[in-house]
Amino acid sequence: MKGPLALLSAIAALSLAGPLVAHLLGADPAAVDLLARFAGPSAGHPLGTDELGRDTLLRLLEGGRISLTIGIAAALAAAALGTAVGLAAGYLGGWTDRVLMRLVDAVIALPLLPLLIVLAALDLNKIGIPHALADSPGISLVRIVALVVLVGWTTAARLVRGATLVTRSRDFVRAAQSLGAGVPHILWRHILPNVTAPLVVATTLSVGDIILLESVLSFLGLGVQPPLASWGSMLSNAQATIISSPLLAIYPGAMIFLTVIACNLLGDALLQRFDPREPGRV
Amino acid sequence: MIRFATIRLVEIAAMLVLMSFVIYGLIGLMPGDPIDLMLGADPHLTSADVARLKQLYGVDRPLIERYLAWAEAALSGDLGYSRLFSAPVAATLPPRLGNSLILMGSSFAVAFAASLGLGIAAARRPRSRFDAAVNFSCFAGVSLPTFWVALILILVFAEGLGWLPASGTGGEGGGLADRLRHLVLPVATLTIASVGGYTRYVRAAMRDALAQDHIRTARAKGASEARVVWRHALRGAMVPIATILALSFGSLVSGALVTEEMFAYPGMGKLIFDAVMGNDYNLALAALLLATAVTMLANLAADLAYAWLDPRVTYR
Repeated sequence: MKGPLALLSAIAALSLAGPLVAHLLGADPAAVDLLARFAGPSAGHPLGTDELGRDTLLRLLEGGRISLTIGIAAALAAAALGTAVGLAAGYLGGWTDRVLMRLVDAVIALPLLPLLIVLAALDLNKIGIPHALADSPGISLVRIVALVVLVGWTTAARLVRGATLVTRSRDFVRAAQSLGAGVPHILWRHILPNVTAPLVVATTLSVGDIILLESVLSFLGLGVQPPLASWGSMLSNAQATIISSPLLAIYPGAMIFLTVIACNLLGDALLQRFDPREPGRV
Repeated sequence: MIRFATIRLVEIAAMLVLMSFVIYGLIGLMPGDPIDLMLGADPHLTSADVARLKQLYGVDRPLIERYLAWAEAALSGDLGYSRLFSAPVAATLPPRLGNSLILMGSSFAVAFAASLGLGIAAARRPRSRFDAAVNFSCFAGVSLPTFWVALILILVFAEGLGWLPASGTGGEGGGLADRLRHLVLPVATLTIASVGGYTRYVRAAMRDALAQDHIRTARAKGASEARVVWRHALRGAMVPIATILALSFGSLVSGALVTEEMFAYPGMGKLIFDAVMGNDYNLALAALLLATAVTMLANLAADLAYAWLDPRVTYR
């Protein structure tokens, strides 16, 4: 558990320290220098420059900040939505449960990537979002988080519903009910604490999946839009010149890989810690 | 069982109708509409022409009316005309679906065989160094971005070494060998992407199966280790394995989208992406519905396989 956590913290800390590194190097990640395109490593540019002469290291840190922000924000939002749905379905039962679980099954049964591509290609102006907002530079971040939440809430919903069903009939819940506790109180104080462990594991694992999904969408040109950069969109840019400067494509891919594997290993380590049936193995 | 399958089929049909309406509505919200494109292609069009074209194509009618018109034509077998391919949509889809199934089927077979071997070997020596190595490789496999793997394979085997072609399916005259050569890199990419997940399932299922009482009985009565593993344990482990595999097969049709795009492989995934990006509404709609139908049918097959493999499971 220490290894992946350290790796993840290091990537996050470096990404957050991007502006500081930029200051130390005396460079700006967005600064274009057409005379120094595809430059090799130097003191000013430790990893060289990209197709527009921008510093590769700074762009990687910048992209990391965006990829990690999307991954964590979307994972938390999806977990929150899924928890709400799962609590409602598991605790209320009956028709609510049937309808909500049908919805979960339906979403899981869909071919998600093609549908996400349609949703990512929608014209925001046509949906009725004001021009100023639809054309603002940060909107691609909001859009991608929204898309991920739309497909990502089902895991948490299923987990929380299952745990709620088990907890609902336990004596301490019955006791709270007979003492006249309200539904919100029971859900918050008695049910939710008993579903946190699987939820934490699932959310940790989902951060990695979301970063992968974001990188795919950005790679296809449907995710993070310029001037913002994520690892996926950097790879997309590097694809055109991959033969002459393969390193530009290798760095962001390696960053995605390291981040995702750290999330997955951390999630697995947490799973083993929480699950008494899985004695600590590798 | 038959009743269960019938109910599910009716549900799938209902879901497809619902999805066709949702996708129809969504596609209308994508940037650019066909009239704008015609206007761009021919600057001589006047606003009167535009109004006439809008009426001709029915763009001025309400959404539900247009959808019903589309649905009526679709049910009689007319899926419209694809602008990108200059051909009827109904003629464009089958060869693409065939290509996708070839790609998916091959990578599925390779990944399944590899995961069986690795998963069983790892489960037989729990907590050994080999087990740890397999487990770590699985995590690495599921953490690799597919498009990055594809890029690196192209860089090494197509550009660097020049051993294999990087795109397409091979020409008409190339024959089977050429066709296979074109399949190697896309299949390798998809296999790398999926084998890690499969192996984890096989390993977990085999570890559960090997811990059962009847395995101890089999060993005690002197059955050979090979017989214990392959006849006694695998039989029980196949139930969860088959379910997971059948479930993943559903996502394969569209899951290969990135791989097909990277290798310019003319399958369903690339078709959907190109149709959406190229504002080819008729094609995008039909292709998305076909992908949805295949996915849901594969999920149904997974449920049925589960009941078939495990006599304890019954569907009412």
